[in-house]
Amino acid sequence: MKKAVASCFVVLLFLPIYSEAAQVPALRGYVNDYGDMISPSVEADLAGKLKTFEETDSTQLVVLTVPSLEGDPVEDYSIRVAEAWKLGQKRKDNGILFLVSREDRKMRIEVGRGLEGKLTDLTAGRIIDLVVKPKFKAEDYDGGFTAGVSALIDATRGEFTADRKTPSGGLEPYAPSAGGLSPMLLLLIQLVFFVFFIALARSRARRRRGIRRGGPWGGYLPFPGGSSEGGWSTRGGGDSGSDSGGGFSGGGGDFGGGGASGDW
Amino acid sequence: MVTSLRVMLLGIVFLLVAGCGYNVMQQNEEAVKAAWGDVEATYQRRNDLIPNLVETVKAYAKFEQDTLTQVIEARAKVGTVQMSKDTLDDPKKLEEFQSAQNSMSSALSRLLVVVEKYPELKANQNFMDLQHQLEGTENRINVARTRYNKSVETFNGSIRTFPNNLTNKILLHLKPKEPFKAAPGAEKAPQVKF
Repeated sequence: MKKAVASCFVVLLFLPIYSEAAQVPALRGYVNDYGDMISPSVEADLAGKLKTFEETDSTQLVVLTVPSLEGDPVEDYSIRVAEAWKLGQKRKDNGILFLVSREDRKMRIEVGRGLEGKLTDLTAGRIIDLVVKPKFKAEDYDGGFTAGVSALIDATRGEFTADRKTPSGGLEPYAPSAGGLSPMLLLLIQLVFFVFFIALARSRARRRRGIRRGGPWGGYLPFPGGSSEGGWSTRGGGDSGSDSGGGFSGGGGDFGGGGASGDW
Repeated sequence: MVTSLRVMLLGIVFLLVAGCGYNVMQQNEEAVKAAWGDVEATYQRRNDLIPNLVETVKAYAKFEQDTLTQVIEARAKVGTVQMSKDTLDDPKKLEEFQSAQNSMSSALSRLLVVVEKYPELKANQNFMDLQHQLEGTENRINVARTRYNKSVETFNGSIRTFPNNLTNKILLHLKPKEPFKAAPGAEKAPQVKF
């Protein structure tokens, strides 16, 4: 029974995500080469670099290549992906998406809200114009990605630091405290209300037939399963990417449309 | 025993009150206000870029006084239209705000078309930087507007559906908020292509 309810909840959780972003590919890791533009060795190299970067700085930089945008403006597509993947840590909002579309010959650096001060539209634009574009024009895609990622790391290094060592990439440092605290807080609030109701009930009882001592708790719990539901929802917000692919996911960062686009 | 029953009953009443959307509507209204704050901030950001842009263009394109004046005038006009968080339910106010911003957008796109005639300007690093900033800002405006409209949709839905509509009628008296309407041709950001 419990399992059935839980699975119903899970289904409900994922329904809106699927319907909203039909075209957004699954987040597989730091480098998502759906457009087949990066050679395997460089891909591994980049992924390693980005993993180390997230471990030290907690900034989550993810590369995505797609074969085509299917007619969408690059800005629309990239904000959709960024919103679905929730790159960057919650509250730090330090995610970056480096999106390249092979056939459209377009790219975009989408910058999370927390990094807009350091990686301004201008800086992102210059990285595209001066670092990536010349290499892409010369058909040196591996070089372009390597140089672009390095430039992005250099531009954002030191803006954030990791709170805690994250053993596997994409773990959100705030999650443990949020996940552990909110059910506690909920319980506390419930308790306050409960006491309030008891007081109310008592004062009424007093008015009618005098004070009656006795535990009115009676094993009654106001919100059965309230805390477990809280746990579900916070987790759903955190790893709504896909944690089936080896545990990699965004941390819940927010994007506001900052960044720059370019073509080659 | 009677007392504990009464406590349970009161608990249920509390749940009912919470279940009729009082809190949800309030939260949704706050979400609309927050989203509006972002819209305002992004438009302000564009406004702040304009003096710089005008100065840069002026240095190269001296003969385009008319276009430049239009941009400056549009900017001045945008500055006079004040829209606060508390008047979001006033369709007239939002219309005014939107039309001022739209004339700003069209003056800007005209300026950027004119600039096409000046290759040295287009190659100027300062101008290329401004172009990135302007592009970024237009994109932010789009994102902020979309999010604002989404939050308005949620809010308006929440005050109209049962039983929230009753709660609203009796307790809250919230009015539906105005979304941005896609004016013909104004929905798209001006083409900043060179």
